[in-house]
Amino acid sequence: MARVIGGIATSHVPSIGKAIARRLENDPLWKRFFDAYKPVHEWLDGVQPDLAVVVYNDHGLNFFLDKMPTFAVGAAAEYKNADEGWGLPVVAPYPGHPQFSWHLIESLVADEFDITSCQEMLVDHAFTVPMSLLWPERGCRAVPTVPIAINTVQFPLPSPTRCYKLGRAIGRAIESYKEDIRVVVVATGGLSHQLDGDRAGYINKKFDLLCLQKIVNDPEALARYSVHDLVRDAGAQGVELLMWFVMRGAMTGQVTEKHHSYHVPISNTAAAVMVLENKTPWSEKWLDQSLMTRV
Amino acid sequence: MILKKSNTEDIPGTIIFNGTRAIKGYALNKMCFSFNSAENRDAYRRNEEAYCDKFELTGEQRQALKHRNVRELLEAGGNIYYLAKWAGIFGMNVQQIGAQQRGMTEEEFKEMLVRAGGD
Repeated sequence: MARVIGGIATSHVPSIGKAIARRLENDPLWKRFFDAYKPVHEWLDGVQPDLAVVVYNDHGLNFFLDKMPTFAVGAAAEYKNADEGWGLPVVAPYPGHPQFSWHLIESLVADEFDITSCQEMLVDHAFTVPMSLLWPERGCRAVPTVPIAINTVQFPLPSPTRCYKLGRAIGRAIESYKEDIRVVVVATGGLSHQLDGDRAGYINKKFDLLCLQKIVNDPEALARYSVHDLVRDAGAQGVELLMWFVMRGAMTGQVTEKHHSYHVPISNTAAAVMVLENKTPWSEKWLDQSLMTRV
Repeated sequence: MILKKSNTEDIPGTIIFNGTRAIKGYALNKMCFSFNSAENRDAYRRNEEAYCDKFELTGEQRQALKHRNVRELLEAGGNIYYLAKWAGIFGMNVQQIGAQQRGMTEEEFKEMLVRAGGD
């Protein structure tokens, strides 16, 4: 059976992608930021995942307002990147895992998450930048991926609780997959930032530090925040914390924090990275909550 | 379902891109979405008016585009993710976009961001 071996959450700011394209990892302005990913690389080298489920938000590359799914799951053999309009170099496609994708889709819909399945799906910087950060030495193609896009463009957005429950359903789907593969769940986005309005440039370090603590030890309390609460306290784009809720939901109740780092600012954003490992293995009790086991 | 007040209250200085804004800004955002293509960005550069005609933009939207003013574009229904693609045509980065909305210089805006890390 497949196993969730851990979760990673990381910021996905475009300027990180530009810094990578210009090979600025050791530049004095960037070194501290990139060095914070070395423990993540060591952890990944140790756990050796076979598949990454990457939860991110599209910024208007694949999805437009004409059709805006709340939750979209990739079901492609490969995922292409493309021109986003403001200068980030296009990177080579990423291998997918259609067999796992369809298992995930079947399982999520049986679990009452009426997702949109995508056999073609362009992935934007919110997918590519974290992949480059997590697997820099292997040209970002180290493991097959299944991208899951969460709408953060068009309100109403799914609530933190809904995203946390989606994560639970993703965890159950992974743990009920027949093949013996090791899966890491990656969330991208955050922490606090705001691009638009009179409050542009808003960063809330106090709230970010609270989130970094609560997402580990008390995610359900944090998930009681409304989307409006997140926008107010983390900024309009800080609402990307929704992806962190999905990742945390895919883990079992108790987790061990293997690493975290917080860095202000990267571009307009408070950047963070976190690695979590399950303290307790998934149990039948958790799997029983899947409607799939009852049908 | 009755929405709780916390889901509808205004957050000062912050735009909630809801259905009303999505309707108002649809044509503008659709045009900006087209700027994912280099060919379309070139067409806009060559003849801004003609390109706006294709998307049937309103007078308010055309004025805001002419003024290169992000705050006016947001007011005209623009969504920041799509507007960023338009701003990219002029080489504007997110610090410049933020500074313009705040009425600050780019340097002042960047200093504000750095200060936020020290609190």
